[in-house]
Amino acid sequence: MTDFFGIPLPALLGQLLLGLVNGSFYAMLSLGLAVIFGMLNIINFAHGALYMMGAFLAWIGLETLGLNYWTMLLVAPLVVGVLGILIERLLLQWLYKLDHLYGLLLTFGITLVVEGLFRSFYGVSGQPYPVPDALLGATNLGFMVLPNYRAWVVAASLVVCLAVWALIEKTSLGATLRAGTENPRLVQAFGINVPLMITLTYAGGVALAAFAGVLAAPVLQVSPLMGSNLIIVVFAVVVIGGMGSILGSILTGLGLGVIEGLTKVFYPEASNTVVFAIMAVVLLIRPAGLFGKEK
Amino acid sequence: MTAAVPKAATANAPLAGNAQRSPLLGYVALIAAVALLPAVGAYPIFVMKVMCYALFACAFNLLIGFTGLLSFGHAAFLGMAAYSAGYAMKAWGWPTPLGLAFGTLAAAAVGFVFGWLAIRRSGIYFSMITLALSQMLYFFFLQAPYTGGEDGLQSVPRGSFFGIDLSSDLTLYYVVLAIFTAGFFLIYRTVHSPFGQVLTAIRESEPRAISLGYDVDKFKLLAFVLSAGLAGLAGATKTLVLGFATLTDAVWTTSGAVILMTLVGGMGTMVGPIVGALIIVALENKIGDLGRGLAELTGINWFNSLGESVSLITGLIFILCVLAFRRGVVGEIGHLWHKLRNGSKNHGA
Repeated sequence: MTDFFGIPLPALLGQLLLGLVNGSFYAMLSLGLAVIFGMLNIINFAHGALYMMGAFLAWIGLETLGLNYWTMLLVAPLVVGVLGILIERLLLQWLYKLDHLYGLLLTFGITLVVEGLFRSFYGVSGQPYPVPDALLGATNLGFMVLPNYRAWVVAASLVVCLAVWALIEKTSLGATLRAGTENPRLVQAFGINVPLMITLTYAGGVALAAFAGVLAAPVLQVSPLMGSNLIIVVFAVVVIGGMGSILGSILTGLGLGVIEGLTKVFYPEASNTVVFAIMAVVLLIRPAGLFGKEK
Repeated sequence: MTAAVPKAATANAPLAGNAQRSPLLGYVALIAAVALLPAVGAYPIFVMKVMCYALFACAFNLLIGFTGLLSFGHAAFLGMAAYSAGYAMKAWGWPTPLGLAFGTLAAAAVGFVFGWLAIRRSGIYFSMITLALSQMLYFFFLQAPYTGGEDGLQSVPRGSFFGIDLSSDLTLYYVVLAIFTAGFFLIYRTVHSPFGQVLTAIRESEPRAISLGYDVDKFKLLAFVLSAGLAGLAGATKTLVLGFATLTDAVWTTSGAVILMTLVGGMGTMVGPIVGALIIVALENKIGDLGRGLAELTGINWFNSLGESVSLITGLIFILCVLAFRRGVVGEIGHLWHKLRNGSKNHGA
């Protein structure tokens, strides 16, 4: 068996893959945060709670309605997207003229409410969610055994992230969106319905979080606390990457996931904190973030 | 987006000036009233807990209300001091005043490092950085061998305070009141000093403060360290009162709670955070009873579990405050008072 610094290669590759899986979640969530921040000027603290809700909807769908994984992969983001529309129309839209920090505080409140609701109904213990039949088992690649589901998570999130990137950077809809980020009043003057665009941006961003949540359900335990633990790491990812570039967000997310996975192999005690430590170093060297520009 | 100017705080600025008329007398009366509370049957431990959180919120308010910086990681300082003071008094057997000082200094030192990193970014990034750094410290507390992990640091001895035996709750009460008063007046002095005026200038317009020649980063860092140290004093005192330090002190929801206390009471007012701390601590203590009462009244069983989902209620208060009540209780009263007086003045003229 090949060793790598005293670590058997399959174990190393296994952790690397798990790191990529976590990195996919970081990428999808930081991508959504960046797009929402661009349009709404709000850092959506509720992103983690809505990701948790996506995972929980998948679990509820299976347990009580008998809806399978693939159905919920579509339904959960839709439900959360509709909830996003409600949140934006009923709550967030009153804050656009105020300082950014009120948006953070309001979405923090939403996080507490969503988490509190799920806690009061389902408790804090994690619920297991089975891997869908089609993705059970593992493929032997010769040098490692690749669990099918994890490979699917990485592939699916990459495709979705790149699709979002293409949508924003390569289509006329995306061009309007980018223009709206730069100067909403001018875009409105061209006859484009900016408030609608803002609402849909928020809905799309949180639907992406819910999609990540459904993907996460079979890998992690479904619990009301899974979102808030993740969102704080994603904040650090956003600080490291900067919110200026979409590809930057995706790369930073994946890269940090891999680094975290490697830390688990070589120095497990630091695996929880390594992303924060990297953030501190980046702040010292490049305060604006790796892909960011200081506004 | 360089200048993070909380609009509600800006709206309060003329009120803060207005309250300068004879505020000290009012504060002395307030503290005298608190000193008399045990005599009228208030539960000393509860009031001491409120005082600790009130000092914590006042320290936090020094940043958000008077400097315009939203720290989302203040639990780190409360927790750092709670653990440090507890460990010094329990494991090393340090005398109580030394333990409290050690906790305060440890929190200020952590505040220096966090502040030094976080002031490199402004606005919303500042908040995210402080939150991330405090989470890092939380994981350290979770894993470190001397914090007792999930159980926390238990049965910290009270000892004696400069020869005064602290085993009686009532004696401890007056020591805690003295600590709170000292902390509060330090904040009062800071806010009303030339240094505090510069902080306000930074809150109102950071670019203008820079153009006037102020080294804004140095002022921000000093305010951050001061706020962290005072939050630490609150945390160390809390360990002394309750006899334990746990992970709850350092978790991110506690950072959220101190924001809520300040917001409910009134950002940028002197007394607001105290009122806010009283409301939130009382709510957390009484919410279980409230839920059971509601369950009896309505027959809906779900209310019985209200005690376990405090976050649901605090979240709703958060949303309500941000949307409709940004001045907070004290700010709102001040605003009303201001409007009434101006109104009558106009009538007279």
